[in-house]
Amino acid sequence: MAYSDKVIDHYEHPRNVGRMDDKSDNVGTGMVGAPACGDVMRLQIQVSDEGVIEDAKFKTYGCGSAIASSSLLTEWVKGKTIDEAEQIKNTAIAEELALPPVKIHCSVLAEDAIKAAVRNIREKRGESVEAGDTQESAAG
Amino acid sequence: MTMKLPIYLDYSATCPVDPRVAAKMAEQLTMEGNFGNPASRSHLYGWKAEEAVENARRQVAELINADPREIVWTSGATESDNLGIKGAAHFYQGRGKHIITSKIEHKAVLDTCRQLEREGFEVTYLNPGKDGLVTPQQLEEALREDTILVSLMHVNNEIGVINDIAAIGELCRSRKVIFHVDAAQSAGKLAIDLQEMKVDLMSFSAHKIYGPKGIGALYVRRKPRVRLEAQMHGGGHERGMRSGTLPTHQIVGMGEAFRIAKEEMAEESTRLVALRNRFWDLIKDMEEVHINGSAEQRIPGNLNVSFAFVEGESLIMSLRDLAISSGSACTSASLEPSYVLRALGVNDELAHSSLRFSFGRFTSEQDVDTAAAAVRKAVEKLRELSPLWDMYKDGVDLNKIEWAAH
Repeated sequence: MAYSDKVIDHYEHPRNVGRMDDKSDNVGTGMVGAPACGDVMRLQIQVSDEGVIEDAKFKTYGCGSAIASSSLLTEWVKGKTIDEAEQIKNTAIAEELALPPVKIHCSVLAEDAIKAAVRNIREKRGESVEAGDTQESAAG
Repeated sequence: MTMKLPIYLDYSATCPVDPRVAAKMAEQLTMEGNFGNPASRSHLYGWKAEEAVENARRQVAELINADPREIVWTSGATESDNLGIKGAAHFYQGRGKHIITSKIEHKAVLDTCRQLEREGFEVTYLNPGKDGLVTPQQLEEALREDTILVSLMHVNNEIGVINDIAAIGELCRSRKVIFHVDAAQSAGKLAIDLQEMKVDLMSFSAHKIYGPKGIGALYVRRKPRVRLEAQMHGGGHERGMRSGTLPTHQIVGMGEAFRIAKEEMAEESTRLVALRNRFWDLIKDMEEVHINGSAEQRIPGNLNVSFAFVEGESLIMSLRDLAISSGSACTSASLEPSYVLRALGVNDELAHSSLRFSFGRFTSEQDVDTAAAAVRKAVEKLRELSPLWDMYKDGVDLNKIEWAAH
């Protein structure tokens, strides 16, 4: 399969690889996917009291497109507020990386990951989490 | 010597044509060469082409200790499987309509059986053991009064394990059931003696043993005689079993490839076992690396390995200097994990993490060393990126986590 240059760049030089202490009060963790499906993403965000994402880290088990999607996402969310980060759409990721149709699910997974991480930090801070604020992924 | 990149370690998918084979093939094409139609009976061009075809038929028969009259040329093992299975099923359907095969056969066998199911046949798909092997006992339990045909592969294309077709053949013969064997992955790699083995139909391919693509053969036993209903009509070539003008250059290539295999098989096997062991020795001390399928009952050139906690497609992506496959080439376009590994009971996660390395005639020790070093580096890099590896290192049992399937 031919990968786009951007996918290859993120795959070969993934940004922000690592893990944060998921017990910390200002760290939100989103873990999505399943080993049986061939991809698992763990996205972590460090959020200031004002709700600004100061740092982001990821680790991903999956194909090159999944790794690239999560790497790109960490670049995008840094400096954004959690409200803004939640609005990131999978289509923007897919477009930026020029993902082929069979790899769209990787971008969907990345969107799920940031939503899950934001939900986690909100829960930690006792904010009410609106039900149904995450888009259900259609990919299988 | 500079190495050609990427290093080719996918001999189970196909092989380069041996230069000796290519030279013989080139002699069968032009005006100066042996270009005639082997079926032309009225002039020298035809006679010479026929002679070349019959010489090749003898070369193929000699590798497997068969009578040349038992060899039917086809376009490859896929066609041989189709002709053998459909041909026998159609001819013998008066006796019964039950067929037995296994879940890890090549798609050429599985899809052919599915077609026969649509035509009203009933097919039993045996589940191999964890080692990838089908036992005679398993088969015996599945045999019925109306069973007419058993089709099992000699060597599996993905994991390289070897079925005991001699024992299975004895059982089939005693029950008067036709036994078809797909030998695409075993011919030229293992000794095959069809005077001894009670196999009725056997499929062969040229390109898996350094011959050209597009040519194969079906062995059809004469004593006791096995009958087939032709699947291709038009001229009655190959004693009516497979019509179509014989491609002299392809056939001569296959003959030469089989001749070389007979001559060099013993030596080549020793060399390939040494290369495979060398490769395995260089990677086996890594954590959570597993061989898929029996380690002992396996052809010399194959190693199928799962690297836990890294995903196969990304592993291949970081091994751009190696030509290898994840699962089999025929299914690697899909995102599904290998159906062969699944049937063995390998869990989906490990099946997603599997690579097939197959070594061959032109693989050097240097190739193996370079490949092993590249694999180690890639696996280590991807494990550093893998949340599953972190969890494993933290002592988390991944099977106990409720993953949201997506």
